[in-house]
Amino acid sequence: MPEAVVQMTVNGDATEASVEPRVTLADFLREQCGLTGTHLGCEHGVCGACTVLVDGAAVRSCLMFALQARGAEVTTIEGIAGPDGGLTHVQEAFREEHGLQCGFCTPGFVVSVTAFLRDHPNPTDREMKEALSGNLCRCTGYQGIVNAVRRAVGAEQ
Amino acid sequence: MTAPAARFVGQRVARHEDARFLTGRGRYVDDIKLPGTLHAAFARSDVARGRIVSVDTTAVAHVAGFRAVYVAADLNHLVHNHKVDDEPPGRERPFRLLADDDVRCVGEPIAMVVADSRYQAEDALEAIVVDIAIEDPVLDPVRALEADAPLVHPTTASNAYNDLLGAPNTALDEVLASAPVVLTEIFTQHRYLTVPMETRGILASWDPLREELTVWISTQGPHGVRGQLARVLGLDDSHVHVIMPDVGGAFGLKMHPSREELAVVVATKVLGRPVKWIQDRRENLIADEHPREDRATVTMAAGVDGTLLGAKVDFLEVAGSFPSPGASAAVFTTVLFPGPYRIPAYGGSAKTVFTNTSGRGAYRGPWMIETLARELMIDCVAARLGMDPLELRRRNVIRDEDLPYAMPTGMVYDQITAAATLEQAAEKIGYDELRVQQRVWRAEGRLVGVGMSLLVEPSAISFGFMSTDAAIVRVGPNGKVDVAHTGASHGQSLETTIAQVVADELGVDLGQVRVTQGDTDATPFGPGTGGSRSAVILGGAARQAAREVRERMFAIVAHQLEASPADLVIEGGRVHVAGTPTRGMTIGEIAHQAYSSPASLPPGLPLGLEAQVRWAPDSFVTWSNACHMCTCEIDPATGSVEILRYVVSEDCGVMINPNVVEGQIAGGVVQGIGGVLYEHMPYDDAGNPLASTFMDYLLPTAAEAPEIEYGHIETPAPSNPGGHKGLGEGGAIAAPPAVVNAVADALAPLGIQVRSQPLGPADIVALLEHVNR
Repeated sequence: MPEAVVQMTVNGDATEASVEPRVTLADFLREQCGLTGTHLGCEHGVCGACTVLVDGAAVRSCLMFALQARGAEVTTIEGIAGPDGGLTHVQEAFREEHGLQCGFCTPGFVVSVTAFLRDHPNPTDREMKEALSGNLCRCTGYQGIVNAVRRAVGAEQ
Repeated sequence: MTAPAARFVGQRVARHEDARFLTGRGRYVDDIKLPGTLHAAFARSDVARGRIVSVDTTAVAHVAGFRAVYVAADLNHLVHNHKVDDEPPGRERPFRLLADDDVRCVGEPIAMVVADSRYQAEDALEAIVVDIAIEDPVLDPVRALEADAPLVHPTTASNAYNDLLGAPNTALDEVLASAPVVLTEIFTQHRYLTVPMETRGILASWDPLREELTVWISTQGPHGVRGQLARVLGLDDSHVHVIMPDVGGAFGLKMHPSREELAVVVATKVLGRPVKWIQDRRENLIADEHPREDRATVTMAAGVDGTLLGAKVDFLEVAGSFPSPGASAAVFTTVLFPGPYRIPAYGGSAKTVFTNTSGRGAYRGPWMIETLARELMIDCVAARLGMDPLELRRRNVIRDEDLPYAMPTGMVYDQITAAATLEQAAEKIGYDELRVQQRVWRAEGRLVGVGMSLLVEPSAISFGFMSTDAAIVRVGPNGKVDVAHTGASHGQSLETTIAQVVADELGVDLGQVRVTQGDTDATPFGPGTGGSRSAVILGGAARQAAREVRERMFAIVAHQLEASPADLVIEGGRVHVAGTPTRGMTIGEIAHQAYSSPASLPPGLPLGLEAQVRWAPDSFVTWSNACHMCTCEIDPATGSVEILRYVVSEDCGVMINPNVVEGQIAGGVVQGIGGVLYEHMPYDDAGNPLASTFMDYLLPTAAEAPEIEYGHIETPAPSNPGGHKGLGEGGAIAAPPAVVNAVADALAPLGIQVRSQPLGPADIVALLEHVNR
């Protein structure tokens, strides 16, 4: 299959590669960039485990082709923490509230919540749960996740 | 010698695991890359039952990246022995690697393709043409047992896989014939699935020079996998190295490898190249194991005062086509049914039936139909008597003064607190006020219900292959503590909880203890993590191993200081004379002596500072128990059910980490709620599974999950030194009956009876329409 060149910025690094047009952004990040923190839980856009930021917007990287991210700024879970490796207040809140068990869905939740709280710094409980409903977790029953978002809201204020 | 006080056990300490998961540095099987790896994909049957006329693979050779294609004739004969540990001789499960001659369910693998990339392997599938002559499938378990039913497996005499006949019981027959109240009901439970967020996956590599297989696999039992793969390839166990990386959930699904994973292992040996297969979600939903499809016919007898006099139950368990090893829970369901109640006369029987559907598998509380059927039946009896369901439970629940209590099935409860959890839950939810309020709501026309369930959980079953766990506790020459154990944590937090246990025993900081698991070259043999066993059995092993190391440290210090070990204490990373902190040695100093100064050690003391302990609890089962209570409201227009409150009172003995305990409860409860209200794997009349994506198979989200309120009763278990009881499965067992009872209670004023699930909006609307007609 013919390939095309794609350039994008991933976690601040300029990246260029030749890929088949059918390669998803998720596979590009995992296979070409070695950023395996972006997880694939369904590959059809429901579970949210593959959520990354594209030009700041939380998107499902399994539903996007790498070529569609041409010229974009992409941030993956590996780029969420500060350069010193310190956890953000969202990540810290997940840890404090036992908001994760097996950890597989966690990167998608952290990225989604990071974008949500940036845009909605003071959400109601209902807004928070609606925002979280785009990501699936099978371990926690969401209790620790909801509490983590509440804690993160408190930490930001 | 004084044992240090518990400093970490019982505390809500944050987890060691979390830093890597939160930053995307977890390493799951699909994250592992070997040079030269090929990728597998499977062509599957789209027919439930039929003869394979032809499999034409000639076109695949033209697909870019294609490397190999295999059908049954190429691979099946290379499987030396497919048995797993503890598989009863003469009652082995039906098995084949790839379908030959016929297909027995939709999704059954027919051909395997190997290519340079996963994209290309899936391209190659498009080039395979399978011709199947369709035959009528048998899908209904009752139909499957009829004499003229088509056979799922042509070589068996009937579709009965297992038949556990109840023993003749004249005492029970007399009770059922003469009791004032005798009620018979049939409860059916639909098929719903484990769906861990990480699907199955394997990377296998064969080294022909060392004749060694190395496998990374998403599993919850790496040592069992090792044994099975060795048998499959006809190798000694020592030639198979299994590594369990981080695993994204399992819930019972990943104890044994799937057929596809075995095919990958066979293929890597044939090809001499590493082969990877990552199951996609469609495969996970339609073609992996399908638990939970059950029905129960229950007859229960009671006196007019509500005293339970007897019960009889007959289970019908759907095995599908190729059930996983140990998928049948009939031995458990029939024995456990009486649960936390005094039921003097009892008889249980069960049949397990093949159908042309995906094979049955284990799921968190595989025997849970017994709790579901019993708790629904208790509410039916209460309704018949005109008695409050809480009151009926109060009158029959096993109390402290009844202990030890021998169930009519022979199992003995040494220590349970069912009555206490019932009262704690009732108080927490405000039961009496709730019933008063419910009358007001009902007068307003609102459909609000209250439901409850009681559960006794047979945790930490110690039997056969599952008898023991082991831990190696090692204080290295630098004074740091390593623990290598038999467990296989895949969300259960063992890196943290086992460290809590060991740190307490050794008087060191939590951060000093590093816990490793899951590599068969580095950890002792064990059954892995499942069956709510780890806190009890693995915790017991780790505690005992740490105690042995502590005693050795005391012996070394006592010898050095010419003190008596009885006068020593361990705290803050030092062993010193009680009351004289200056007279002592740091753990680093002790370790240095143990490894580097053999001559300075007490005579006869083993060199070094490590201990391995293999341990089994004092009883075959460690019982935990719980009571769930919830309220729900039904929207009669849409049929949707909202859970308003959810209370769990449980007794898991001494909690190692309450966060982890509550996390296990919550995860199980929401799986149970999902199972009743949202999740369903239906089949059409032709045998097609209809939920192939997460748009059809609906998992609960944060928007549906209620806030769970917890009550803890900590009664130490007699079976193990830590006093722990397992509770990993209870949430998923007790939530469905609590939710169904709440829905039934909400609908009761309309004269609607609820005897089957699921209870999704369409099901509720159908119930409402039925009554309105």
